[in-house]
Amino acid sequence: MSATAHAHVDDHSNDDHGHHHHKETFVTKYIFSQDHKMISKQYLITGLIMGAIGIAMSILFRMQLAWPGESFPVFEALLGKWAPDGVMDADIYLALVTIHGTIMVFFVLTAGLSGTFSNLLIPLQIGARDMASGFLNMVSYWLFFLSSIIMLFSLFVEAGPAAAGWTVYPPLSALPMAQPGSGMGMTLWLVSMAIFIASSLLGSLNYIVTVINLRTKGMSMTRLPLTIWAFFVTAVIGVISFPVLLSAALLLIMDRSFGTSFFLSDIFIQGEVLHYQGGSPVLYEHLFWFLGHPEVYIVLLPALGITSEVMSTNARKPIFGYRAMIASIIAIAFLSTIVWGHHMFISGMNPFLGSVFTFTTLLIAIPSAVKAFNYITTLWKGNLQLNPGMLFSIGLVSTFISGGLTGIILGDSTLDINVHDTYFVVAHFHLVMGISALYGLFAGVYHWFPKMFYGRMMNKNLGYVHFWITAVCAYGVFFPMHFVGMAGVPRRYYQNTAFPMFDELTDVQILITMFAIIAAFAQLIFVYNFISSIFYGKKGPQNPWKSNTLEWTTPIEHIHGNWPGEIPHVHRWAYDYSKTREDGEYVIPGQDFVPQTVPMQENEEEMHH
Amino acid sequence: MTAFLIIAVLVLVAIAIWQMTKIFELSQIKSDNSEVATDKDNKYNGYLLFAFLIFIYGITIFSFWKYSKMLLPEAASEHGAEYDSLMLWSFVIIFIVQTLTQALLHYFGYKYRGEKGKKALFYADNDRLEFIWTIIPVVVLAGLILWGLYTWTNIMDVNDEDDPLIVELYAQQFNWTARYGGEDNVLGDANVRMIDIDRANVLGLDEADPNATDDIIVKELHLPVGRKVNFKMRSQDVLHSAYMPHFRAQMNCVPGMITEFSYTPIYTTEEMRQNPDVMEKVKRTNAIRAERAAKGEDNSDPWQFDYILLCNKICGKSHYNMQMKIIVETEEEYNKWIAEQQTFGKTMLASAQ
Repeated sequence: MSATAHAHVDDHSNDDHGHHHHKETFVTKYIFSQDHKMISKQYLITGLIMGAIGIAMSILFRMQLAWPGESFPVFEALLGKWAPDGVMDADIYLALVTIHGTIMVFFVLTAGLSGTFSNLLIPLQIGARDMASGFLNMVSYWLFFLSSIIMLFSLFVEAGPAAAGWTVYPPLSALPMAQPGSGMGMTLWLVSMAIFIASSLLGSLNYIVTVINLRTKGMSMTRLPLTIWAFFVTAVIGVISFPVLLSAALLLIMDRSFGTSFFLSDIFIQGEVLHYQGGSPVLYEHLFWFLGHPEVYIVLLPALGITSEVMSTNARKPIFGYRAMIASIIAIAFLSTIVWGHHMFISGMNPFLGSVFTFTTLLIAIPSAVKAFNYITTLWKGNLQLNPGMLFSIGLVSTFISGGLTGIILGDSTLDINVHDTYFVVAHFHLVMGISALYGLFAGVYHWFPKMFYGRMMNKNLGYVHFWITAVCAYGVFFPMHFVGMAGVPRRYYQNTAFPMFDELTDVQILITMFAIIAAFAQLIFVYNFISSIFYGKKGPQNPWKSNTLEWTTPIEHIHGNWPGEIPHVHRWAYDYSKTREDGEYVIPGQDFVPQTVPMQENEEEMHH
Repeated sequence: MTAFLIIAVLVLVAIAIWQMTKIFELSQIKSDNSEVATDKDNKYNGYLLFAFLIFIYGITIFSFWKYSKMLLPEAASEHGAEYDSLMLWSFVIIFIVQTLTQALLHYFGYKYRGEKGKKALFYADNDRLEFIWTIIPVVVLAGLILWGLYTWTNIMDVNDEDDPLIVELYAQQFNWTARYGGEDNVLGDANVRMIDIDRANVLGLDEADPNATDDIIVKELHLPVGRKVNFKMRSQDVLHSAYMPHFRAQMNCVPGMITEFSYTPIYTTEEMRQNPDVMEKVKRTNAIRAERAAKGEDNSDPWQFDYILLCNKICGKSHYNMQMKIIVETEEEYNKWIAEQQTFGKTMLASAQ
């Protein structure tokens, strides 16, 4: 079904919306839907379910770290044979860490965040009837769903799920005799990821084509909301880097199943020499991080885009330095593809290469700093409407700064030597990409919930409680964790009891775990708010946040093709908040915002370029 | 201590719940029941943003006050001092930026909280401001990059000047082995394909290589103080990482290749045990252990400080317990110790009999 076919269709009345040329069945409307709005909800809900599983896993291994070797009924209940008498087994500890990382990075923060909001906002904010290809979009979601199912299924195989860390470095991930999780569990992990990559590529290509081709009249690239810029650039780096991960996964599958030696050489394990000769695990590391590092920005840029939009709307001010924001998004994206080696300073690669990667890595701090300062300036002299989405946006800037700054240490090859693979790294990346991107996700959900769920709004008071508990706990978990790392505690240790020098850090571990448990329970407030608001949320007006962007010009009820009648034309950028005329009155008297659809007024300057 | 922390967390939870109920009460009083923030919401959340700034500072100060002493003691290697001062200066910069930016962010959030009728300033661009906050990070980072690269190049320059001691670190699931070059200070050729467990050739040394005959294979790493050590690292199965935090040293061990790292230990184990920070740490740790002993728990023997080599690359089930003791001693002690060890040649002869 061509989206443009609806260009001339009017929305006849409120009660028979959605019934245009054809009758929609339950299956075409809710399951195999090709409508971007429905697909975005599918991404969101799948992502949130995966997120709940990922967070629950983290609580289990945090408990083990705080109270090593202790017996918990919850372990026995959830882990079964992997927790005899309620004591967590070392293999399943590693599996939990691995699957937690995989789920949170790929399934929640890549698909759940970018998939949800790219799908929802790209057509709505650029003024398009739908994605360029609704069919590919549907396939993209269902491949994502399939890969999620395979990943979850791998939790139940006999020898346990993949347990080689979310980076699945060979040889550990290649040899079933090295670790039980490297058997069937790892096979399923690789299959799941291969499908995930296919899904991500289909989605990204669709986003790119849509943004380039389907913008409405007047929507030049320099009038796009920053959300769209972020999604667009994210899709571009996804297309550049995900195929490289696919090649890494394929070569690893070949090493595992067909006896090739891409990543393996000179291995003696369990009393025998294996035939592998000439491969190198370092090659895998290069391939993995060629995606792995851009992946950080694939996760983060959409969150920053959402923050730009939410923050500007709620500050009732234009985003400060719109062009600089675009430039820094592009600079970050470009640099993100040439910094992967900073994960490998001590991998055995040539130290000179390490110098080059230090240089490129620290460069990335410059556009990041520009973004942070621009956000802060956007707040300056604003009229801040502290809605939950706004609070999460401010929270994002806060964790982005705190987490980003420690990147200066990790990106420096010298300083990396002693904190590499310690809890310092864990604390750094959780703040800068984990928590920040989650805040972006929450900001987006609170802000665009009315757009997704037919005008219903989430309860703001529950939103406030959710934000404040989460914000306190996020720092409570990850701030002290830096110290654990600087004390020399390696990550991925099942327990730290084998080293008396770590004894006194147990108190810190307990504190961290307590905060983590509280944070996890606070997410239940969000879950409750989310579900109950879908059904019972108060209906808001068409444009509840008094926003300029096009999505709020669509009717509250979802219709195919988004706009009844013609697609609106665009006459200005998205950030004319509180713009005044020469006489000091707002451009539209009595209204502090000028939607993009409003033509330039007399005596009005186009001030942003 | 644990009890104190738990109480602290519970107090925080209580405050959170109290705040929660307060917000609920406030929300019920007012007649306007829209889900968009009202002036009252802006006011309370503005105050909370300010309080949150204090919380961030608070947790920073608390962590430094409480946890600084738990960090690694003074570096025990020659390049470690340079490492530590680069780390210190990076932290100084980080904390200045962190303190200022968090203050601005949260203070603006508090100060400019919305009120009905208030007018925001339409302020879209300022080239000069943007230039300033582009150029400042450029200059600061340029400094850090240059200093970092200079140090990095020095640390990673593994060469044979100054007659370094050659030591192989050999990693396998889940233990470490060290091999010394022996009299000639040259390691014999080795490959996993030559491993012969029955004949105790566990590292796969080439028995035909004359350099291998005097090699010495041990399970405890002894290093003479003040002499440069060049480590050659091998792994026989999966990736491992040789992490020696007290020496600010780490390098992955990769099957199929030999990786290198080099440092000069400057304090003997005995000297390090006399370091005031280390003595304090040992005291605190042994207090914890005594408590455990009193309760009849495991892992409660008194601890004496030792340098340690840890595995820091996930390698399987017992990754968390893959370690080797490092003993730094005077040259005489080291010479005496090494003379007592059996050479590879002798081991082979013994196994042949």
